Amino acid sequence: MSTYWKKNQQKLAPWLFLAPGIFMFAVYVIIPIFQSVNISFYAWDGLGEAKYVGMRNYVEMIDDEAFFTSLKNNVIWLLLYMLAIPAGLFVALFLNQTVRGIRIYKSLFFFPFVISQVVVGLVFTWFYDPSFGILNILLMSIGFEPIAVLADEDFATYGIIAAGLWPQTAYCMILYLTGLNAVDPEQIEAARLDNAKGFKMLWYVILPQLKPATFIALVVTIIGALRSFDLISIMTAGGPWGSTRVLAFYMYEQAFSEYGFRMGYGAAIAVVLFAIMMVYIAGFLYKMYRDEKGS
Amino acid sequence: MFPTPIEKTSGKTQVAYKIALPIALLIWLLPLLAVALTSIRSAGDITAGNYWGWPTSFNFLENYTAIFENTPIGKYILNSFRVTIPTVIGAVALSCMTGFALAVYKFKANLIIFFMFVAGNFVPFQILMVPVRDLTLSLGLYNTVWGLALFHIAFQTGFCTLFMRNFIKAMPYELIEAARVEGVSEVRIFWYVVLPLMKPAIAALSVLVFTFIWNDYFWATVLTQGSDTQPITAGLNSLNGQWVAAWHLVSAGSIVAALPPVLMFFLMQKHFISGLTLGAVK
Repeated sequence: MSTYWKKNQQKLAPWLFLAPGIFMFAVYVIIPIFQSVNISFYAWDGLGEAKYVGMRNYVEMIDDEAFFTSLKNNVIWLLLYMLAIPAGLFVALFLNQTVRGIRIYKSLFFFPFVISQVVVGLVFTWFYDPSFGILNILLMSIGFEPIAVLADEDFATYGIIAAGLWPQTAYCMILYLTGLNAVDPEQIEAARLDNAKGFKMLWYVILPQLKPATFIALVVTIIGALRSFDLISIMTAGGPWGSTRVLAFYMYEQAFSEYGFRMGYGAAIAVVLFAIMMVYIAGFLYKMYRDEKGS
Repeated sequence: MFPTPIEKTSGKTQVAYKIALPIALLIWLLPLLAVALTSIRSAGDITAGNYWGWPTSFNFLENYTAIFENTPIGKYILNSFRVTIPTVIGAVALSCMTGFALAVYKFKANLIIFFMFVAGNFVPFQILMVPVRDLTLSLGLYNTVWGLALFHIAFQTGFCTLFMRNFIKAMPYELIEAARVEGVSEVRIFWYVVLPLMKPAIAALSVLVFTFIWNDYFWATVLTQGSDTQPITAGLNSLNGQWVAAWHLVSAGSIVAALPPVLMFFLMQKHFISGLTLGAVK
């Protein structure tokens, strides 16, 4: 035994080290994905017998207005969340100085990302409050009618996204601040001698060097947008009249809430969301694969 | 440096920058400052609608004692620690090993296993929700802090493996080869050669995982209910439902909930940021 171990330990050791991690990850992440796909072909209330219904859950989706509202909101989230990237870059450029106390400023600007989205949601609910929220105080002071942002079908989703952009911008800012640190000072000096400055300098000299930061910012922002759940649950619980639902939230409602324990239909919605995310995940893996082969 | 260092600009710009800085910060943190201020207002201020003016009296002690005495917020906080600390230890321990295996050994399935961890880390929670809840129920761990912690350990292992593997990959491989030539066993190489060099990565992941798990709301609502097991995020939401219009209490609760990750961030800032950039931006 011990001679066998000595001879083969370089082959066996990796599996020994991997075993606990793979076991946990398989049980809680990999296998549940397949189980969810399987459940999506059943009608099931979570307790009784599950009944096989084939594609019926997916067919139901096509006529489900709430599903399309959620899907549409997911697209809006995805598009507007992208604003966090230029906004984060802007704040990072503003803070990339060496004046006294700048480190404290940088960490305080990063604050919103560290606190829970539950707190962010509560804070913004309050911010938008129609009778005393500061947004409406400001609106009224310049002569507008107050708006009940979160109670208005047309504004509610945008109001929640604005709340989400706050921590997300902070995240992108920190990525860019770290990236700006690594920008080659010689190239900047050379460009300055060539009279490049301002926006031109940013676009042609700085941004190309910030590519790794932009890539990570893009990945985390897309994932963040598609994962949006907490803020919606805290701020509107999907309302008014379901107008702020996204797929992640609608799925939860279908499977767990008073709307009925429809695990099968919920799972089918989750599969659709998973398929959308898979596009981005595959893209990320492809880039990682190319980098691995390159190095 | 870009943009042009402020010291090299005209005096006017310098002054303008130094004025703009605190104003920008004030606007950026305005929502939080208002919450902090409201958390020390009196109930009278709230009913009178004085939300943005100066508080008529400072009720710091009253409000913060009130939430601890009249609500289970202390329990919620304790539950958060009971979920978060085992998760940090578990996920970091597992990923030290997986990261080591994937960074050091060449074998056929290496890249596939690595990609499985990376991909799993990005999947939407909802695709895991129903099966994980069933699994937790059948293990008899539904509505326990351990049920929640076990899931978090498993899920965070994905992200942590990505980070650890890249970190170890950047170490000089000669170290390991030299130890092998000396006849040191693989387990000892892990323990005595590589692990001591992983301290910065372990610190970075610990603070990050702490913050992620402390702030988790979704899984808290899926796997726990009631004040005996629910962590602060879910607890705060249910308290918010009870404290209708008692915004001074909601604010105080929010501040308490936000404090541990904020302290963690300030104490371990450098590590925190190196973790957030996924080790990809240096």
